[in-house]
Amino acid sequence: MKILVPVKRVIDYNVKARVKADGSGVDLTNVKMSMNPFDEIAVEEAARLKEAGIATEVIAVSCGVAACQETLRTAMAIGADRGILVETEVELQPLAVAKLLKALCDKEQPQLVICGKQAIDDDANQTGQMLAALAGWPQATFASKVAIADGKATVTREIDGGLETLALTLPTVVSTDLRLNEPRYATLPNIMKAKKKPLDTVTPAELGVDVAPRLTTLKVVEPAKRSAGIMVADVQQLVAKLKNEAKVI
Amino acid sequence: MTLLVIAEHDNTDLKSVTLNTVAAARKVGGEIHVLVAGSGCPGVAKAASRIDGVSCVKLADADHLKEQAAEDVAAVVLALAGEYSHIFAPASTFGKNFLPRVAALLDVAQISEIVAVETPDTFVRPIYAGNALATVKSADPVKVVSVRTTGFDAVACTGTAPVVAVEPPAASGKTCFVGRELTKSARPELGAAKVIVSGGRGLGSGENYHKVLDPLADRLGAAMGASRAAVDAGFVPNDYQVGQTGKIVAPQLYIAVGISGAIQHLAGMKDSKIIVAINKDPDAPIFQVADYGLVADLFEAVPALLNTLG
Repeated sequence: MKILVPVKRVIDYNVKARVKADGSGVDLTNVKMSMNPFDEIAVEEAARLKEAGIATEVIAVSCGVAACQETLRTAMAIGADRGILVETEVELQPLAVAKLLKALCDKEQPQLVICGKQAIDDDANQTGQMLAALAGWPQATFASKVAIADGKATVTREIDGGLETLALTLPTVVSTDLRLNEPRYATLPNIMKAKKKPLDTVTPAELGVDVAPRLTTLKVVEPAKRSAGIMVADVQQLVAKLKNEAKVI
Repeated sequence: MTLLVIAEHDNTDLKSVTLNTVAAARKVGGEIHVLVAGSGCPGVAKAASRIDGVSCVKLADADHLKEQAAEDVAAVVLALAGEYSHIFAPASTFGKNFLPRVAALLDVAQISEIVAVETPDTFVRPIYAGNALATVKSADPVKVVSVRTTGFDAVACTGTAPVVAVEPPAASGKTCFVGRELTKSARPELGAAKVIVSGGRGLGSGENYHKVLDPLADRLGAAMGASRAAVDAGFVPNDYQVGQTGKIVAPQLYIAVGISGAIQHLAGMKDSKIIVAINKDPDAPIFQVADYGLVADLFEAVPALLNTLG
């Protein structure tokens, strides 16, 4: 069974995003970029399924600029066998990425796609569900546990009220939540090995996908700052403030 | 222009996030229909028919819709989509699950987690964990939109709209529901609570979390939340998590106890009206967003707070 894992290059999760002065977007020049944390969890899960003998091959896919190769190398250092870069300078939106992934699924015929539930830059939470819909596959989003047996995926999902478990026919799309696993640190030998793993590059045109954006960003601004609060000396003062000033209790 | 709002419910009760979602739809203008898709849920449709501003409720009632699988809910919405200019759903785990399927099969972009409506095709949404607000314009014929419900005040329920039954498409048959474990609690829902008491790593254990925070939450009639650190450490279940990838809340009063305030946590609660932070580290980032900060040992401060409240 092949597993396909999409990985996105995003701002490192420890870096605070700064809005550009001209309001055109977020300033990413000289900002540390990393693999989207949810995608790292997805790669780890796929690697574990391969180590358990359930998967035969793990293919990492990244869509975007040439620098996404670094993200693919990171995925291969964690355990992906090879990488595919869909290279484009166009700003990709979730629907376009889902279409690119659908085209690659048609070609590679994976039984399972494991993706991050959302990217921490656009916070869209769409791509996995869109891919599943376009492919006519079932889906299990926000997974905290995945088991594959007898041609089925049994997935526990984190939902608003607690947990839900679904059994899905393969092929299927699973999107990862935070508690699915703890990704390993890539070791130096594995980072070196990853450099020798195959990495193919294709273009959206070669895959026959129109990636033109559907949404136009008119402006990006910083949210209103909370006005500075005060430090209270003790609990009595806190309660007095809440009662008399804020009037919330 | 007619808009469709997808109701969130558990076949028995209409969830209040539906009222916030209708509020967002009303900002667009036009006629509003609500879809209730489920099993044995005419009571929910009746409740939906009372929502102010709604002119028609569509009820898709079928056995296979009982668990509201994403594949099946999306199929019902797609069968109706031709009549609508906008399709709105709450950005809860329910809405996030099925709505992108609808957008993909309509071949349109989805606009996720809007917090404001500028015009019928232009919306404001937070990106980068709420560190930026993007105004985006859609060029698609149908606007598929998920709504961050804390961004819109719930509408009232004084109306009377007709309920019309619709025939849902057949089940996808590719998903089989196995089970659901819901956290049982007599407390208010996290997303709709006026007061939230939230705990972090500083509490040290699940036992301490409940020992220290339960009495305070009881006294204030509060819902209980947690930081990711507290959930990852197993103090409380996942559905307590407040943050960029957990629940987004905006209560009247948010009391953060032993939470340092990572940007991912702040993203989930910084729109609260009043924020109180209790932490022993004076440099904790939570104090930068708190209206009232108290540097203290939480194990002494919280019982003292309870005492003072009487």
